[in-house]
Amino acid sequence: MTGHHLISGKVRQGLGVFLSALCAGSAAASLLVILIYVVREGAGAINLPFLTQVPHPVGVPGGGVANGIVGSFIIVGMATVMAVPVGVLTGIYLALYNGGRMADLVRFMSDVLSGIPSIAIGLFAYVVLVQPFGRFSAFSASFAFTVMMLPIIVRATEGAIATVPRTIYESALALGGSDYACAVRAVLPAARPAIVTGLLLSIARVTGETAPLLFTAFGSQFWVLDPFRPMAELSLQIFTYALSPYESWHRQAWAGALLLIVAVFVLNLIARLALSRRTSS
Amino acid sequence: MEEQAKAERPSYLSVAFTDTQQAARRPTVIVARRASDSIAGRCFPWLVRGAMGIFLTLTIGLFVELLVNSLPSIRQFGLAFLWTSSWNPVTERFGALPFIYGTVVSSLIALATAAGVGIMGAAFLAEFAPRAIAAPLGLLIELLAAVPSVVYGLWGLFVLAPAMQHSIEPALQRYLGFLPIFGGACYGVGLLTAAFILALMIVPTITALSRDLLQAAPGELREAMLALGATRWDAFRAAVLPYARSGIFGACILGLGRALGETIATTMVIGNRPAISMSLLAPSYTLSSVIANEFTEATTTTYISALVELGLLLFLISVLVNSVARVLMRAVFGATEPT
Repeated sequence: MTGHHLISGKVRQGLGVFLSALCAGSAAASLLVILIYVVREGAGAINLPFLTQVPHPVGVPGGGVANGIVGSFIIVGMATVMAVPVGVLTGIYLALYNGGRMADLVRFMSDVLSGIPSIAIGLFAYVVLVQPFGRFSAFSASFAFTVMMLPIIVRATEGAIATVPRTIYESALALGGSDYACAVRAVLPAARPAIVTGLLLSIARVTGETAPLLFTAFGSQFWVLDPFRPMAELSLQIFTYALSPYESWHRQAWAGALLLIVAVFVLNLIARLALSRRTSS
Repeated sequence: MEEQAKAERPSYLSVAFTDTQQAARRPTVIVARRASDSIAGRCFPWLVRGAMGIFLTLTIGLFVELLVNSLPSIRQFGLAFLWTSSWNPVTERFGALPFIYGTVVSSLIALATAAGVGIMGAAFLAEFAPRAIAAPLGLLIELLAAVPSVVYGLWGLFVLAPAMQHSIEPALQRYLGFLPIFGGACYGVGLLTAAFILALMIVPTITALSRDLLQAAPGELREAMLALGATRWDAFRAAVLPYARSGIFGACILGLGRALGETIATTMVIGNRPAISMSLLAPSYTLSSVIANEFTEATTTTYISALVELGLLLFLISVLVNSVARVLMRAVFGATEPT
């Protein structure tokens, strides 16, 4: 069959299954190894000051990443507010209006966009929103994140609506509904869980992202709530602290990594739960 | 997929009709009960098209802005930018070759390492593992894909790099030191360390996509082989794998694309030295990490523009790589399924 008649089928079967199990197992094990290190190195440094204080100046012990945590919420929050309407409505366009060549173009663009390295998207945000205004800002970071979230939300919305039988939309139209009422009242409620899943996954994706922040949000040592100023962000703080020569900052980097990984995993698990509840009911 | 849709149909209908019954006793009036609806109804098609317009503008704008901002560098250095290896901000002579070399070599080593593990792992999840094992194992592997790259970088810098420096690299030199690719000093950070971290990062991408592709193979392929007396492994090798082969190749290319564009993790472990060395143990540099490290320090137009041109190169490479990958995978999944 495969030409290896020197080895009997049973031996080949055993060997093949063993090797494949080894590969799958080692991939899963590497997640556990990373998790164990992050918990072991990071858990000890998580305490109240770490969660509530801003960074201390270099050389002064203590301090925390509270401004980075708040910054992450602000930056990701603004990105979500911008990405959801554009993404969901574009997804509705693809699923319901399905305008032939135009829809194909949007689909292609969305595929292309989802593969663009985040650092290139950061450059885009820089030349559009940082350079003209002459300063780094949290808003430019949110803009970069919006661009990264859009393809995920667009395809999730289109996919979610595609699983709703088109007859629902058409019968609503036949009952005399406007496009709006049919889409929003009849189709969207049925598609909502899968759209929420896509949205949560897109939030998880940008929450762990650092590269575009380097020259958009830039980072800050202080409490900043103004979205048009440089702002701290957790993953950016981890990056800076890890590359610093200070032992105490290394410990804080691990602690920050623990926070970040927990946040991203929780988002992923909620996203999966939202989807599985839909498919099981 | 079809069974799922069938199972869901009744619940969706009930959703639609409960909504209707709540809105009015007569189910014929699903719409236009509220005054705002007629206004919203008139605006909606334009709203949807407007959103699509914004989406297209952003995507095209991304390319145009990168291109326009690279123009000073493109005019000054021309195509020679691609094969010049000097990178000197003081004299403002810029060439991308060391970064292209570092990006391509680290990603290819990562792909070579990850492809075998990913495809075999996918075979286990899709073909051999009992459901009770395949589901949690698959979840762990998918979560591996969700680990933020800064965490990979942190782990690579403080755990993998010291291990490379003190045990793995000396061992490589002891047994394979006669090969020029394992020559020179052991730094810990370098091309090989970056490649390993990248491999770890793309294994879950390749595994999860390959598993889905293998599961998309028609069951009859497998059953026919089993009926002929083949073992499950032989059925996999001779019938299922060939069916999904081009798609799995696409999944690998997609993994390669992810490795090529990865920034933070590589920046933390590759050593950041813009030089081409025969040795894989030597520090190197990638397109994305030089942008990450130098962009905020760049002051002159030429310098900034040269860095943006590196970003444009990354953009073009990833468009090419991802298009190829999607075409290959779509052939297996069928044109209907969005990937």
